[in-house]
Amino acid sequence: MTATSSGTRDGQAAGAASARRPGALLVVCAGAAALLLAALAGIWVGALPLPPVAVVATLLDRALSPLGVDVPGGLTGTEAAVLLQLRLPRVVLAALVGAALAVAGGSYQGVFRNPLADPYLLGAAAGAGLGATLVIAYAPGVTVAGIGVIPLAAFAGALTGVGAALLLGTAAGGSNNATLLLAGVAVAAFLAAAQTLVQQQNAEDLQQVYGWLLGQLGGAQWSDILLVLPYLGLASAVLLLCARPLDVLAVGDDEARSLGVHPTRVRLLVIVAASLATASAVAVSGLVGFVGLVVPHMARRLVGGSHVRLLPACLLGGGAFLVLADLVARVVLSPAELPLGVVTAFIGAPFFAGLLWARGRRR
Amino acid sequence: MTGGARLEVVGLGAAHGRTPVLHDVRLTVEPGGWLAVIGPNGSGKSTLLRSVLGAHPHDGQVRLDGTPLDAAGVRARARQVAYAPQQPVLPEGLTTRDYVALGRTPHRALLAAPRALDHRVVAEVMGRLELDGLAGRLLTTLSGGEQQRAVLARALAQQPRVLLLDEPTAALDLGHAQQVLDLVDTLRRQDGITVLSTLHDLTLAGQYADRLALLSAGRVVAEGLPADVVTAAALEAHYGARARVVAGPDGPAVLPLRGPG
Repeated sequence: MTATSSGTRDGQAAGAASARRPGALLVVCAGAAALLLAALAGIWVGALPLPPVAVVATLLDRALSPLGVDVPGGLTGTEAAVLLQLRLPRVVLAALVGAALAVAGGSYQGVFRNPLADPYLLGAAAGAGLGATLVIAYAPGVTVAGIGVIPLAAFAGALTGVGAALLLGTAAGGSNNATLLLAGVAVAAFLAAAQTLVQQQNAEDLQQVYGWLLGQLGGAQWSDILLVLPYLGLASAVLLLCARPLDVLAVGDDEARSLGVHPTRVRLLVIVAASLATASAVAVSGLVGFVGLVVPHMARRLVGGSHVRLLPACLLGGGAFLVLADLVARVVLSPAELPLGVVTAFIGAPFFAGLLWARGRRR
Repeated sequence: MTGGARLEVVGLGAAHGRTPVLHDVRLTVEPGGWLAVIGPNGSGKSTLLRSVLGAHPHDGQVRLDGTPLDAAGVRARARQVAYAPQQPVLPEGLTTRDYVALGRTPHRALLAAPRALDHRVVAEVMGRLELDGLAGRLLTTLSGGEQQRAVLARALAQQPRVLLLDEPTAALDLGHAQQVLDLVDTLRRQDGITVLSTLHDLTLAGQYADRLALLSAGRVVAEGLPADVVTAAALEAHYGARARVVAGPDGPAVLPLRGPG
């Protein structure tokens, strides 16, 4: 038997190094702490600073007032309004979108055994882009049940893109990875071309389309959160349940089968769940790039390759990462905002390049 | 360990796309026996093993102690049959112990933490295969021979009744190849595990397996004791090879002969 490594490992300090890995519980606690700190920072910083102590006091006061408990030291009335209607929904939505993209990216990387996979790989981004562009160009301002149509169109477009890639990939006889990836490339190219065509025909909407394509969380509302939370919750639960089967899948399809794990079923389930998470995130934030690629790699360095630790770390770390990225997007050119996708790419692209360089150097 | 089972392959046929690669293959391996499938490149050896595993679509039946395996689910099958492929994928960032522990997958519930039994089996298998000192090392930093032992340990942690080995010595030098084959031989004698393997080295195949099956163009053209299967005539007919076969102390030894000019 020739032993093929799926790649050289990271942190090559390790000629002999034994790998000590934190337990899953420690990962969850550390990740939750990071997310909480990021959230407090995200709430604090802005045109009207909201100090963390007063924020916590206000939130405790709100939570405990039904029990007749008063917590002193809270924010003033205006500050509280900013907290509850602007800052908090935005931070929560950033955390949800970041968590969804990172856990989807980590899952895609596992299921395709490809460290360069990201949540947009199978046509989700191109499909969502086409959906949003169509609405911006032909049905601006239309709402359904009080919800703007752009999120719905983006959600439907993302699922259509992935669905087409899956259909094409399976029809082409591919339960194997390469066929599916190639089908995804074909679908994405087609949908992106269609999106460009629509955009070209409607040049006056260019700015709004670009704004959407680059991702943003400005104007985040509680209704956005309620819209995506059920899908995100369901998708994340399925992916966390698939953590062990994903670990088994890492040793190859035949061996996974010999270990009692059905490779094609697990792959399909994970792709569907990860795509659902991606579509939900895209619907409310546009195309925020690099989170789904960079965060899983950072997490892997910290907690190792096992999905039992990696996926929870992605959920919490992705949330923290995007809350901080959104903070930067809001603050750097204040009062104007940078597109969120620009901020994540500024952090993500150099990291990605470094990753490629480090991998290439070890070959 | 539960001891070996009688493995029967009955009328097995398989194809790659529309090209048939196996025709009506019939083989029996007795409990605790070792049958090595030999044959030239492209004769269908790996496809045969993958069909017995259930990873390749096929006609005919694979039976374990008379019960058809194909009816069993993937998980039930994995408690009986373990497999080590020719080119195992060794994931990054995985320690040797975590890799070996994957062998417990078919015995563990999806969400349950490993039980004491799982830890005990993993520890025992690692001890037997002398992997204790490598438990915390990353799999990808081990040498070829050590990785081969880790793959075997992972298969044994399944506590299988049948072990399928696809070219277990392909990447190893002679000394390491002998170590691995000795190890497999010890395991099957001590635990009675039934072994079905492919082996391209005819001399080693004859020394370790009790029976050989010669596969040529997808058909079993000879099956029996090593000395009856490995003959100069068979090598010429099916391998297109010039060789002299001499009787060695542990089975037939193949001496390749140079061509004229």
